[in-house]
Amino acid sequence: MSNLIEIRWHGRGGQGAKTASLLLADAAFNTGKYIQGFPEYGPERMGAPITAYNRISDTPITIHSNIYEPDYVVVVDDTLLESVDVTAGLKEDGAIVINTTKNADYLKSVLKGYKGNIYTIDARKVSMEALGKYFPNTPMLAAIVKVSGIMSDEALLADMEGSFKHKFAKKPEVIAPNMKALELALKEVKKVN
Amino acid sequence: MSIRERLSGNEAAATAMKQINPDVVAAFPITPSTEIPQYFSTFVANGSVDTEFVAVESEHSAMSACIGSQAAGARTMTATSANGLSLMWEMIYIASSLRLPIVMSLVNRAVSGPLNIHNDHSDAMGVRDAGWVMLFSENNQEAYDNLLMAHRIAEHKDVQLPLMVCQDGFITSHSIENIELEEDDKVKAFVGKYQPEHYLLNKKEPIAIGPLDLQGYLFEHKAQQAEAMKNAKNVILEVSKDFEKTFGRKYGLFEEYKLDDAEIAIVCMNSTAGTTKFVVDELRNKGITAGLLKIRVYRPFPGEEVAKALSHVKAVAVLDKSDSLNAIGGALFSDVTSSMFVNGVNVPTVNYVYGIGGRDTTSSQIESVYSDLQEIAKSGKAENPYRYLGLRKEEN
Repeated sequence: MSNLIEIRWHGRGGQGAKTASLLLADAAFNTGKYIQGFPEYGPERMGAPITAYNRISDTPITIHSNIYEPDYVVVVDDTLLESVDVTAGLKEDGAIVINTTKNADYLKSVLKGYKGNIYTIDARKVSMEALGKYFPNTPMLAAIVKVSGIMSDEALLADMEGSFKHKFAKKPEVIAPNMKALELALKEVKKVN
Repeated sequence: MSIRERLSGNEAAATAMKQINPDVVAAFPITPSTEIPQYFSTFVANGSVDTEFVAVESEHSAMSACIGSQAAGARTMTATSANGLSLMWEMIYIASSLRLPIVMSLVNRAVSGPLNIHNDHSDAMGVRDAGWVMLFSENNQEAYDNLLMAHRIAEHKDVQLPLMVCQDGFITSHSIENIELEEDDKVKAFVGKYQPEHYLLNKKEPIAIGPLDLQGYLFEHKAQQAEAMKNAKNVILEVSKDFEKTFGRKYGLFEEYKLDDAEIAIVCMNSTAGTTKFVVDELRNKGITAGLLKIRVYRPFPGEEVAKALSHVKAVAVLDKSDSLNAIGGALFSDVTSSMFVNGVNVPTVNYVYGIGGRDTTSSQIESVYSDLQEIAKSGKAENPYRYLGLRKEEN
Protein backbone atom coordinates (compact mmCIF):
# COMPACT_ATOMS: atom_id res chain seq x y z
CA MET A 1 0.00 0.00 0.00
CA SER A 2 2.72 2.45 -1.01
CA ASN A 3 0.04 4.80 -2.38
CA LEU A 4 -1.53 5.14 1.09
CA ILE A 5 -1.78 8.71 2.40
CA GLU A 6 -2.36 9.19 6.12
CA ILE A 7 -3.54 12.49 7.61
CA ARG A 8 -4.01 13.54 11.22
CA TRP A 9 -6.19 16.49 12.24
CA HIS A 10 -5.77 18.45 15.46
CA GLY A 11 -8.52 20.79 16.51
CA ARG A 12 -10.75 21.77 19.36
CA GLY A 13 -14.22 20.37 19.92
CA GLY A 14 -16.75 22.49 18.04
CA GLN A 15 -14.39 23.79 15.32
CA GLY A 16 -15.33 21.08 12.87
CA ALA A 17 -12.06 19.12 12.58
CA LYS A 18 -14.09 15.91 12.58
CA THR A 19 -16.46 17.30 9.94
CA ALA A 20 -13.51 18.47 7.85
CA SER A 21 -11.97 14.98 7.98
CA LEU A 22 -15.27 13.48 6.86
CA LEU A 23 -15.59 16.05 4.04
CA LEU A 24 -12.06 15.21 2.89
CA ALA A 25 -12.97 11.50 2.93
CA ASP A 26 -16.05 12.34 0.87
CA ALA A 27 -14.14 14.39 -1.68
CA ALA A 28 -11.46 11.69 -2.09
CA PHE A 29 -14.15 9.00 -2.33
CA ASN A 30 -15.74 10.92 -5.18
CA THR A 31 -12.47 10.86 -7.12
CA GLY A 32 -12.57 7.05 -6.93
CA LYS A 33 -10.32 6.43 -3.92
CA TYR A 34 -10.63 4.07 -1.00
CA ILE A 35 -11.04 6.15 2.14
CA GLN A 36 -11.28 6.12 5.91
CA GLY A 37 -12.41 9.10 7.98
CA PHE A 38 -12.69 8.71 11.73
CA PRO A 39 -12.35 10.78 14.87
CA GLU A 40 -10.62 9.64 18.02
CA TYR A 41 -13.44 9.81 20.50
CA GLY A 42 -12.38 10.86 23.95
CA PRO A 43 -14.19 12.85 26.57
CA GLU A 44 -15.13 15.27 23.81
CA ARG A 45 -16.35 18.69 24.86
CA MET A 46 -16.57 22.09 23.25
CA GLY A 47 -13.05 23.51 23.25
CA ALA A 48 -11.20 20.33 24.29
CA PRO A 49 -8.40 19.10 22.00
CA ILE A 50 -9.64 16.49 19.54
CA THR A 51 -7.96 14.34 16.90
CA ALA A 52 -9.40 13.02 13.66
CA TYR A 53 -7.86 10.89 10.95
CA ASN A 54 -7.96 10.14 7.22
CA ARG A 55 -6.55 7.32 5.18
CA ILE A 56 -6.74 7.66 1.39
CA SER A 57 -5.56 4.96 -0.97
CA ASP A 58 -5.92 3.53 -4.48
CA THR A 59 -6.36 0.05 -2.99
CA PRO A 60 -8.67 -1.27 -0.23
CA ILE A 61 -7.65 -0.23 3.31
CA THR A 62 -7.83 -2.94 5.97
CA ILE A 63 -5.84 -1.41 8.83
CA HIS A 64 -8.05 -0.23 11.72
CA SER A 65 -5.88 1.67 14.15
CA ASN A 66 -5.14 5.31 14.83
CA ILE A 67 -2.42 6.98 12.76
CA TYR A 68 0.99 7.33 14.40
CA GLU A 69 3.21 8.20 11.43
CA PRO A 70 1.10 10.55 9.30
CA ASP A 71 2.16 11.95 5.94
CA TYR A 72 0.35 15.19 6.75
CA VAL A 73 -0.88 16.97 9.86
CA VAL A 74 -3.55 19.67 9.89
CA VAL A 75 -3.75 22.03 12.88
CA VAL A 76 -7.10 23.81 12.97
CA ASP A 77 -6.30 25.88 16.09
CA ASP A 78 -2.81 27.29 16.72
CA THR A 79 -3.36 27.48 20.49
CA LEU A 80 -2.78 23.71 20.41
CA LEU A 81 0.80 24.13 19.18
CA GLU A 82 2.21 24.61 22.66
CA SER A 83 0.14 21.95 24.42
CA VAL A 84 -0.10 19.10 21.89
CA ASP A 85 2.86 17.39 20.21
CA VAL A 86 1.36 17.94 16.77
CA THR A 87 4.40 16.74 14.79
CA ALA A 88 4.65 13.44 16.72
CA GLY A 89 5.55 10.77 14.16
CA LEU A 90 4.98 13.16 11.23
CA LYS A 91 7.08 12.06 8.25
CA GLU A 92 9.82 14.48 7.28
CA ASP A 93 8.97 14.18 3.60
CA GLY A 94 5.41 15.14 4.52
CA ALA A 95 4.08 18.48 5.70
CA ILE A 96 2.13 20.29 8.38
CA VAL A 97 -0.61 22.81 7.62
CA ILE A 98 -1.49 25.28 10.36
CA ASN A 99 -4.30 27.78 10.70
CA THR A 100 -2.31 30.71 12.10
CA THR A 101 -1.03 34.25 11.62
CA LYS A 102 2.08 33.58 13.73
CA ASN A 103 5.49 34.09 12.13
CA ALA A 104 7.92 31.48 10.88
CA ASP A 105 10.35 31.79 13.82
CA TYR A 106 7.62 31.14 16.36
CA LEU A 107 6.30 28.16 14.37
CA LYS A 108 9.76 26.63 14.00
CA SER A 109 10.36 26.98 17.73
CA VAL A 110 7.09 25.30 18.78
CA LEU A 111 7.40 22.56 16.16
CA LYS A 112 10.55 21.27 17.86
CA GLY A 113 12.80 21.29 14.82
CA TYR A 114 10.40 19.54 12.46
CA LYS A 115 12.36 19.29 9.21
CA GLY A 116 9.49 18.82 6.76
CA ASN A 117 7.49 21.49 5.00
CA ILE A 118 5.43 23.94 7.05
CA TYR A 119 2.41 25.63 5.49
CA THR A 120 0.13 28.23 7.02
CA ILE A 121 -3.22 29.72 6.21
CA ASP A 122 -5.21 32.44 7.93
CA ALA A 123 -8.47 30.49 7.99
CA ARG A 124 -10.08 33.14 10.19
CA LYS A 125 -9.53 35.82 7.54
CA VAL A 126 -10.80 33.52 4.78
CA SER A 127 -13.83 32.46 6.78
CA MET A 128 -14.77 35.98 7.84
CA GLU A 129 -14.41 37.25 4.28
CA ALA A 130 -16.41 34.43 2.69
CA LEU A 131 -18.88 33.44 5.40
CA GLY A 132 -18.92 36.42 7.74
CA LYS A 133 -18.44 33.96 10.61
CA TYR A 134 -15.53 31.91 11.92
CA PHE A 135 -15.81 28.31 10.64
CA PRO A 136 -12.22 27.18 9.99
CA ASN A 137 -13.02 23.70 8.68
CA THR A 138 -13.88 24.59 5.07
CA PRO A 139 -10.68 26.65 4.52
CA MET A 140 -8.58 23.92 6.19
CA LEU A 141 -10.11 21.31 3.89
CA ALA A 142 -9.00 23.34 0.86
CA ALA A 143 -5.56 23.90 2.43
CA ILE A 144 -4.81 20.20 2.97
CA VAL A 145 -6.02 19.32 -0.53
CA LYS A 146 -3.70 21.99 -1.96
CA VAL A 147 -0.70 20.88 0.12
CA SER A 148 -1.16 17.13 -0.30
CA GLY A 149 -2.21 17.21 -3.94
CA ILE A 150 -4.77 14.46 -3.27
CA MET A 151 -6.82 15.99 -6.08
CA SER A 152 -6.74 19.03 -8.33
CA ASP A 153 -8.25 22.37 -7.27
CA GLU A 154 -10.86 21.97 -9.99
CA ALA A 155 -11.82 18.47 -8.85
CA LEU A 156 -12.19 19.69 -5.27
CA LEU A 157 -14.38 22.63 -6.24
CA ALA A 158 -16.58 20.58 -8.54
CA ASP A 159 -16.97 17.86 -5.99
CA MET A 160 -17.59 20.09 -2.97
CA GLU A 161 -20.28 22.04 -4.78
CA GLY A 162 -22.23 18.80 -5.00
CA SER A 163 -21.50 17.94 -1.36
CA PHE A 164 -22.54 21.40 -0.11
CA LYS A 165 -25.75 21.25 -2.15
CA HIS A 166 -26.56 17.99 -0.41
CA LYS A 167 -25.35 19.03 3.04
CA PHE A 168 -26.99 22.44 3.02
CA ALA A 169 -30.19 21.43 1.21
CA LYS A 170 -32.19 23.36 3.82
CA LYS A 171 -29.80 26.34 3.89
CA PRO A 172 -29.02 26.98 0.19
CA GLU A 173 -27.87 30.53 0.99
CA VAL A 174 -24.64 29.21 2.59
CA ILE A 175 -23.54 27.15 -0.46
CA ALA A 176 -22.00 30.04 -2.42
CA PRO A 177 -20.15 31.49 0.62
CA ASN A 178 -18.66 28.05 1.40
CA MET A 179 -17.55 27.68 -2.21
CA LYS A 180 -15.95 31.14 -1.94
CA ALA A 181 -14.17 30.02 1.25
CA LEU A 182 -12.68 27.05 -0.63
CA GLU A 183 -11.55 29.21 -3.54
CA LEU A 184 -9.96 31.84 -1.30
CA ALA A 185 -8.27 29.19 0.84
CA LEU A 186 -6.71 27.48 -2.19
CA LYS A 187 -4.94 30.80 -2.94
CA GLU A 188 -4.24 31.77 0.67
CA VAL A 189 -2.23 28.73 1.82
CA LYS A 190 1.50 29.61 1.98
CA LYS A 191 4.71 27.70 2.44
CA VAL A 192 6.69 29.04 5.40
CA ASN A 193 10.11 27.35 5.15
CA MET B 1 -25.17 -3.92 -9.85
CA SER B 2 -23.65 -3.11 -6.48
CA ILE B 3 -23.71 0.53 -5.48
CA ARG B 4 -20.37 2.14 -4.56
CA GLU B 5 -20.91 4.13 -1.36
CA ARG B 6 -19.12 5.34 1.74
CA LEU B 7 -20.80 4.78 5.09
CA SER B 8 -19.93 4.36 8.74
CA GLY B 9 -20.58 0.95 10.31
CA ASN B 10 -23.67 2.28 12.04
CA GLU B 11 -24.97 3.76 8.77
CA ALA B 12 -24.29 0.40 7.10
CA ALA B 13 -26.30 -1.45 9.78
CA ALA B 14 -29.18 1.04 9.60
CA THR B 15 -29.17 0.79 5.79
CA ALA B 16 -29.40 -3.01 5.98
CA MET B 17 -32.34 -2.66 8.39
CA LYS B 18 -34.04 -0.21 6.02
CA GLN B 19 -33.70 -2.63 3.13
CA ILE B 20 -34.88 -5.58 5.26
CA ASN B 21 -37.87 -3.44 6.34
CA PRO B 22 -38.75 -5.59 9.38
CA ASP B 23 -42.24 -5.59 10.89
CA VAL B 24 -41.06 -4.27 14.26
CA VAL B 25 -37.98 -2.54 15.66
CA ALA B 26 -37.82 -1.97 19.41
CA ALA B 27 -34.73 -0.24 20.77
CA PHE B 28 -33.31 2.06 23.40
CA PRO B 29 -30.31 4.27 22.55
CA ILE B 30 -26.85 3.57 23.97
CA THR B 31 -23.38 4.61 22.81
CA PRO B 32 -21.91 3.57 20.37
CA SER B 33 -24.99 1.96 18.73
CA THR B 34 -27.29 4.97 19.28
CA GLU B 35 -27.13 6.05 15.64
CA ILE B 36 -28.71 2.80 14.43
CA PRO B 37 -32.16 3.34 16.04
CA GLN B 38 -31.69 7.08 15.43
CA TYR B 39 -31.26 6.65 11.66
CA PHE B 40 -33.91 3.94 11.62
CA SER B 41 -36.50 6.15 13.32
CA THR B 42 -35.85 8.70 10.57
CA PHE B 43 -36.63 6.02 7.97
CA VAL B 44 -39.87 5.32 9.85
CA ALA B 45 -40.75 9.00 10.06
CA ASN B 46 -40.18 9.70 6.36
CA GLY B 47 -42.00 6.57 5.26
CA SER B 48 -39.08 4.71 3.67
CA VAL B 49 -39.99 1.67 5.81
CA ASP B 50 -43.37 0.56 7.14
CA THR B 51 -41.93 -0.84 10.36
CA GLU B 52 -43.62 -0.36 13.72
CA PHE B 53 -40.91 1.42 15.74
CA VAL B 54 -41.28 0.93 19.50
CA ALA B 55 -39.39 3.58 21.45
CA VAL B 56 -39.12 1.81 24.80
CA GLU B 57 -37.85 3.15 28.13
CA SER B 58 -35.03 0.61 28.71
CA GLU B 59 -33.18 -2.24 27.04
CA HIS B 60 -34.98 -4.80 29.20
CA SER B 61 -38.19 -3.48 27.69
CA ALA B 62 -36.62 -3.38 24.22
CA MET B 63 -35.86 -7.11 24.30
CA SER B 64 -39.22 -7.84 25.95
CA ALA B 65 -41.01 -5.98 23.16
CA CYS B 66 -38.92 -7.88 20.59
CA ILE B 67 -39.93 -11.17 22.19
CA GLY B 68 -43.61 -10.20 22.19
CA SER B 69 -43.66 -9.09 18.59
CA GLN B 70 -41.57 -11.98 17.24
CA ALA B 71 -43.77 -14.47 19.14
CA ALA B 72 -46.81 -12.79 17.62
CA GLY B 73 -45.39 -13.59 14.19
CA ALA B 74 -43.62 -10.34 13.28
CA ARG B 75 -40.04 -10.11 11.94
CA THR B 76 -38.27 -8.10 14.63
CA MET B 77 -34.92 -6.31 14.98
CA THR B 78 -33.06 -4.30 17.60
CA ALA B 79 -29.66 -2.74 18.27
CA THR B 80 -27.65 -2.20 21.43
CA SER B 81 -24.21 -2.13 23.09
CA ALA B 82 -22.51 -3.03 26.38
CA ASN B 83 -24.66 -2.18 29.40
CA GLY B 84 -27.73 -2.11 27.20
CA LEU B 85 -27.10 -5.78 26.45
CA SER B 86 -26.43 -6.37 30.16
CA LEU B 87 -29.84 -4.96 31.02
CA MET B 88 -31.39 -7.27 28.39
CA TRP B 89 -29.67 -10.30 29.88
CA GLU B 90 -32.73 -11.96 31.44
CA MET B 91 -34.68 -11.59 28.20
CA ILE B 92 -31.75 -12.67 26.00
CA TYR B 93 -32.10 -16.21 27.35
CA ILE B 94 -35.88 -16.11 27.03
CA ALA B 95 -35.65 -15.05 23.37
CA SER B 96 -33.44 -18.02 22.51
CA SER B 97 -35.28 -20.59 24.60
CA LEU B 98 -38.59 -19.56 23.03
CA ARG B 99 -36.84 -20.10 19.67
CA LEU B 100 -37.58 -16.59 18.44
CA PRO B 101 -35.40 -15.55 15.49
CA ILE B 102 -34.93 -11.92 16.56
CA VAL B 103 -31.99 -10.16 14.87
CA MET B 104 -29.80 -7.75 16.84
CA SER B 105 -27.08 -5.40 15.71
CA LEU B 106 -24.58 -5.42 18.59
CA VAL B 107 -22.02 -2.63 18.45
CA ASN B 108 -19.36 -3.98 20.77
CA ARG B 109 -18.32 -1.88 23.74
CA ALA B 110 -16.74 -2.49 27.15
CA VAL B 111 -19.20 -3.42 29.88
CA SER B 112 -18.81 -1.10 32.89
CA GLY B 113 -17.22 -0.59 35.25
CA PRO B 114 -15.56 1.66 35.71
CA LEU B 115 -17.53 3.52 33.06
CA ASN B 116 -16.06 3.18 29.57
CA ILE B 117 -17.84 3.76 26.28
CA HIS B 118 -15.15 2.36 24.00
CA ASN B 119 -14.68 -0.89 22.18
CA ASP B 120 -13.92 -4.32 23.48
CA HIS B 121 -15.85 -7.59 23.29
CA SER B 122 -16.88 -7.99 26.91
CA ASP B 123 -20.55 -7.38 26.06
CA ALA B 124 -20.70 -10.16 23.45
CA MET B 125 -18.64 -12.55 25.57
CA GLY B 126 -21.10 -12.12 28.44
CA VAL B 127 -23.86 -13.72 26.34
CA ARG B 128 -21.79 -16.28 24.46
CA ASP B 129 -23.60 -19.18 26.16
CA ALA B 130 -27.09 -17.69 25.86
CA GLY B 131 -28.13 -19.59 22.73
CA TRP B 132 -27.83 -16.80 20.17
CA VAL B 133 -26.11 -17.26 16.83
CA MET B 134 -23.22 -14.77 16.86
CA LEU B 135 -21.59 -13.36 13.72
CA PHE B 136 -18.61 -10.98 13.89
CA SER B 137 -17.78 -8.33 11.28
CA GLU B 138 -14.38 -6.93 10.32
CA ASN B 139 -15.75 -3.72 8.80
CA ASN B 140 -18.87 -1.85 7.65
CA GLN B 141 -19.22 -4.16 4.63
CA GLU B 142 -19.35 -7.28 6.75
CA ALA B 143 -21.74 -5.69 9.25
CA TYR B 144 -24.05 -4.94 6.31
CA ASP B 145 -23.65 -8.32 4.61
CA ASN B 146 -24.08 -10.28 7.84
CA LEU B 147 -27.34 -8.45 8.54
CA LEU B 148 -28.62 -9.23 5.03
CA MET B 149 -28.00 -12.92 5.73
CA ALA B 150 -29.18 -12.84 9.35
CA HIS B 151 -32.92 -13.48 8.98
CA ARG B 152 -32.48 -16.35 6.54
CA ILE B 153 -30.19 -18.07 9.04
CA ALA B 154 -32.18 -17.29 12.19
CA GLU B 155 -35.61 -18.09 10.71
CA HIS B 156 -34.55 -21.34 9.00
CA LYS B 157 -36.73 -24.23 10.24
CA ASP B 158 -33.65 -26.17 11.39
CA VAL B 159 -32.40 -23.18 13.44
CA GLN B 160 -35.11 -20.84 14.79
CA LEU B 161 -32.72 -19.04 17.07
CA PRO B 162 -32.05 -15.35 17.62
CA LEU B 163 -28.95 -13.94 15.98
CA MET B 164 -26.62 -11.05 16.72
CA VAL B 165 -24.31 -9.32 14.25
CA CYS B 166 -21.33 -7.79 16.06
CA GLN B 167 -19.05 -4.98 14.94
CA ASP B 168 -16.47 -2.90 16.81
CA GLY B 169 -17.81 0.21 18.52
CA PHE B 170 -16.31 3.47 17.18
CA ILE B 171 -13.51 1.65 15.31
CA THR B 172 -15.92 0.57 12.59
CA SER B 173 -19.27 1.94 13.82
CA HIS B 174 -18.05 5.56 13.54
CA SER B 175 -15.49 5.24 10.74
CA ILE B 176 -16.54 6.26 7.22
CA GLU B 177 -15.28 3.71 4.72
CA ASN B 178 -16.04 2.43 1.24
CA ILE B 179 -18.84 -0.11 0.98
CA GLU B 180 -20.71 -1.95 -1.76
CA LEU B 181 -24.46 -1.71 -1.18
CA GLU B 182 -27.02 -3.84 -2.98
CA GLU B 183 -30.22 -2.66 -4.64
CA ASP B 184 -33.37 -2.57 -2.50
CA ASP B 185 -35.39 -5.03 -4.59
CA LYS B 186 -32.53 -7.52 -4.73
CA VAL B 187 -32.08 -7.38 -0.96
CA LYS B 188 -35.82 -7.82 -0.49
CA ALA B 189 -35.82 -10.85 -2.78
CA PHE B 190 -32.78 -12.33 -1.05
CA VAL B 191 -34.09 -11.87 2.51
CA GLY B 192 -37.55 -13.18 1.59
CA LYS B 193 -40.81 -13.11 3.50
CA TYR B 194 -41.08 -14.25 7.11
CA GLN B 195 -43.48 -17.17 7.33
CA PRO B 196 -43.40 -18.60 10.85
CA GLU B 197 -44.81 -22.10 11.27
CA HIS B 198 -46.29 -21.34 14.70
CA TYR B 199 -47.13 -17.88 16.04
CA LEU B 200 -49.40 -16.33 18.64
CA LEU B 201 -51.63 -14.34 16.31
CA ASN B 202 -52.59 -17.39 14.26
CA LYS B 203 -56.26 -17.81 15.18
CA LYS B 204 -56.40 -21.20 13.47
CA GLU B 205 -53.86 -22.59 15.90
CA PRO B 206 -54.19 -21.23 19.45
CA ILE B 207 -50.89 -21.90 21.26
CA ALA B 208 -49.10 -20.92 24.45
CA ILE B 209 -45.49 -19.72 24.32
CA GLY B 210 -43.17 -19.90 27.32
CA PRO B 211 -45.26 -21.73 29.94
CA LEU B 212 -43.82 -23.50 33.01
CA ASP B 213 -41.32 -26.19 32.01
CA LEU B 214 -40.00 -28.20 34.96
CA GLN B 215 -38.11 -31.46 35.50
CA GLY B 216 -40.18 -33.32 32.96
CA TYR B 217 -39.07 -31.57 29.77
CA LEU B 218 -36.80 -28.52 30.23
CA PHE B 219 -33.75 -30.77 29.68
CA GLU B 220 -35.16 -32.01 26.37
CA HIS B 221 -35.99 -28.47 25.29
CA LYS B 222 -32.45 -27.35 26.07
CA ALA B 223 -31.10 -30.30 24.06
CA GLN B 224 -33.28 -29.15 21.15
CA GLN B 225 -31.79 -25.66 21.42
CA ALA B 226 -28.32 -27.18 21.36
CA GLU B 227 -29.26 -29.24 18.31
CA ALA B 228 -30.57 -26.10 16.57
CA MET B 229 -27.25 -24.39 17.26
CA LYS B 230 -25.39 -27.33 15.70
CA ASN B 231 -27.72 -27.14 12.68
CA ALA B 232 -26.98 -23.44 12.31
CA LYS B 233 -23.51 -24.22 11.00
CA ASN B 234 -24.75 -25.81 7.77
CA VAL B 235 -27.53 -23.27 7.38
CA ILE B 236 -25.00 -20.42 7.64
CA LEU B 237 -22.89 -22.08 4.95
CA GLU B 238 -25.94 -22.57 2.68
CA VAL B 239 -27.13 -18.98 3.08
CA SER B 240 -23.58 -17.66 2.59
CA LYS B 241 -23.28 -19.68 -0.61
CA ASP B 242 -26.52 -18.21 -1.93
CA PHE B 243 -25.33 -14.75 -0.87
CA GLU B 244 -22.14 -15.23 -2.88
CA LYS B 245 -24.15 -16.42 -5.88
CA THR B 246 -26.46 -13.40 -5.62
CA PHE B 247 -24.09 -10.58 -4.62
CA GLY B 248 -20.62 -11.97 -5.29
CA ARG B 249 -19.06 -11.65 -1.85
CA LYS B 250 -17.83 -14.89 -0.32
CA TYR B 251 -18.28 -15.82 3.34
CA GLY B 252 -17.57 -18.98 5.32
CA LEU B 253 -17.49 -19.91 8.99
CA PHE B 254 -14.17 -18.09 9.20
CA GLU B 255 -11.78 -16.42 6.80
CA GLU B 256 -8.34 -17.86 6.17
CA TYR B 257 -5.96 -15.09 5.14
CA LYS B 258 -2.69 -16.47 3.74
CA LEU B 259 -3.08 -19.36 6.16
CA ASP B 260 -2.48 -22.21 3.66
CA ASP B 261 1.30 -22.12 3.85
CA ALA B 262 1.62 -20.14 7.11
CA GLU B 263 4.02 -21.28 9.82
CA ILE B 264 2.66 -18.87 12.42
CA ALA B 265 -0.95 -17.76 12.78
CA ILE B 266 -3.13 -15.32 14.67
CA VAL B 267 -6.80 -16.05 15.46
CA CYS B 268 -8.95 -12.99 16.12
CA MET B 269 -12.30 -11.33 15.39
CA ASN B 270 -13.75 -8.03 14.11
CA SER B 271 -11.67 -4.98 13.13
CA THR B 272 -8.35 -6.30 14.49
CA ALA B 273 -8.44 -8.88 11.70
CA GLY B 274 -8.09 -6.02 9.20
CA THR B 275 -5.05 -4.62 10.98
CA THR B 276 -3.64 -8.16 11.14
CA LYS B 277 -4.06 -8.56 7.35
CA PHE B 278 -2.03 -5.37 6.88
CA VAL B 279 0.73 -6.82 9.11
CA VAL B 280 0.61 -10.24 7.41
CA ASP B 281 1.20 -8.53 4.05
CA GLU B 282 4.18 -6.59 5.43
CA LEU B 283 5.68 -9.70 7.02
CA ARG B 284 5.16 -11.72 3.83
CA ASN B 285 7.17 -9.04 1.97
CA LYS B 286 10.00 -9.78 4.39
CA GLY B 287 9.69 -13.51 3.77
CA ILE B 288 7.97 -14.35 7.06
CA THR B 289 5.16 -16.86 6.48
CA ALA B 290 2.50 -15.34 8.73
CA GLY B 291 -1.22 -16.09 8.41
CA LEU B 292 -4.57 -15.17 9.92
CA LEU B 293 -7.71 -17.07 10.87
CA LYS B 294 -10.55 -14.58 11.32
CA ILE B 295 -13.56 -15.97 13.15
CA ARG B 296 -16.84 -14.90 11.54
CA VAL B 297 -19.17 -17.43 13.16
CA TYR B 298 -18.46 -17.47 16.89
CA ARG B 299 -21.69 -19.24 17.88
CA PRO B 300 -22.04 -21.98 16.77
CA PHE B 301 -18.28 -22.35 17.20
CA PRO B 302 -16.76 -24.17 14.23
CA GLY B 303 -14.36 -26.18 16.42
CA GLU B 304 -13.54 -29.05 14.12
CA GLU B 305 -12.97 -26.77 11.13
CA VAL B 306 -10.82 -24.30 13.11
CA ALA B 307 -8.67 -27.12 14.51
CA LYS B 308 -8.14 -28.53 11.02
CA ALA B 309 -7.28 -25.13 9.55
CA LEU B 310 -4.61 -24.60 12.22
CA SER B 311 -3.22 -28.15 12.23
CA HIS B 312 -0.27 -27.40 9.91
CA VAL B 313 1.11 -24.30 11.63
CA LYS B 314 3.97 -24.27 14.16
CA ALA B 315 2.58 -21.71 16.60
CA VAL B 316 -0.77 -19.99 17.17
CA ALA B 317 -1.77 -16.83 19.05
CA VAL B 318 -5.42 -16.29 19.94
CA LEU B 319 -6.36 -12.64 20.52
CA ASP B 320 -9.17 -11.97 23.00
CA LYS B 321 -10.68 -8.46 23.20
CA SER B 322 -12.21 -9.40 26.54
CA ASP B 323 -10.60 -10.78 29.66
CA SER B 324 -12.48 -13.66 31.24
CA LEU B 325 -10.84 -12.90 34.63
CA ASN B 326 -10.60 -16.64 35.22
CA ALA B 327 -6.81 -17.08 35.57
CA ILE B 328 -6.55 -19.28 32.46
CA GLY B 329 -7.33 -17.02 29.47
CA GLY B 330 -9.97 -15.41 27.30
CA ALA B 331 -13.10 -17.04 25.89
CA LEU B 332 -11.91 -17.34 22.29
CA PHE B 333 -8.66 -18.90 23.52
CA SER B 334 -10.61 -21.50 25.51
CA ASP B 335 -12.79 -22.30 22.48
CA VAL B 336 -9.86 -22.57 20.07
CA THR B 337 -7.58 -24.60 22.34
CA SER B 338 -10.28 -27.02 23.47
CA SER B 339 -11.27 -27.52 19.82
CA MET B 340 -7.65 -28.25 18.95
CA PHE B 341 -7.30 -30.69 21.86
CA VAL B 342 -10.40 -32.75 21.15
CA ASN B 343 -9.51 -32.88 17.47
CA GLY B 344 -5.99 -34.11 18.18
CA VAL B 345 -4.19 -30.97 17.00
CA ASN B 346 -1.15 -30.31 19.13
CA VAL B 347 0.29 -26.91 18.21
CA PRO B 348 1.83 -24.56 20.80
CA THR B 349 -0.81 -21.88 21.40
CA VAL B 350 -0.77 -18.66 23.41
CA ASN B 351 -3.41 -16.13 24.35
CA TYR B 352 -3.20 -12.33 24.28
CA VAL B 353 -5.85 -10.24 25.97
CA TYR B 354 -5.76 -6.89 24.14
CA GLY B 355 -7.61 -3.68 23.26
CA ILE B 356 -9.59 -3.52 26.51
CA GLY B 357 -11.74 -0.40 26.93
CA GLY B 358 -10.77 1.00 23.53
CA ARG B 359 -6.98 0.76 23.93
CA ASP B 360 -5.84 1.26 20.33
CA THR B 361 -4.52 -1.91 18.70
CA THR B 362 -1.61 -0.93 16.48
CA SER B 363 0.13 -2.75 13.68
CA SER B 364 3.30 -2.79 15.78
CA GLN B 365 1.47 -4.65 18.56
CA ILE B 366 0.36 -7.27 16.03
CA GLU B 367 3.92 -7.47 14.69
CA SER B 368 5.17 -8.15 18.21
CA VAL B 369 2.76 -11.09 18.48
CA TYR B 370 4.10 -12.60 15.25
CA SER B 371 7.62 -12.04 16.52
CA ASP B 372 6.75 -13.94 19.74
CA LEU B 373 5.23 -16.70 17.58
CA GLN B 374 8.48 -17.06 15.63
CA GLU B 375 10.27 -17.75 18.93
CA ILE B 376 7.59 -20.22 20.01
CA ALA B 377 7.74 -21.97 16.63
CA LYS B 378 11.51 -22.31 17.02
CA SER B 379 11.47 -23.62 20.60
CA GLY B 380 8.22 -25.58 20.30
CA LYS B 381 7.26 -24.29 23.74
CA ALA B 382 4.47 -21.90 24.68
CA GLU B 383 5.32 -20.68 28.14
CA ASN B 384 3.00 -18.37 30.13
CA PRO B 385 0.20 -18.84 27.61
CA TYR B 386 -2.09 -16.22 29.23
CA ARG B 387 -0.59 -12.86 28.22
CA TYR B 388 -1.44 -9.21 27.70
CA LEU B 389 -0.85 -7.14 24.57
CA GLY B 390 -0.58 -3.36 24.81
CA LEU B 391 -0.81 -3.16 28.60
CA ARG B 392 1.04 -0.18 30.12
CA LYS B 393 4.29 -1.11 31.78
CA GLU B 394 4.95 0.09 35.30
CA GLU B 395 6.46 3.55 34.98
CA ASN B 396 9.36 4.61 37.18
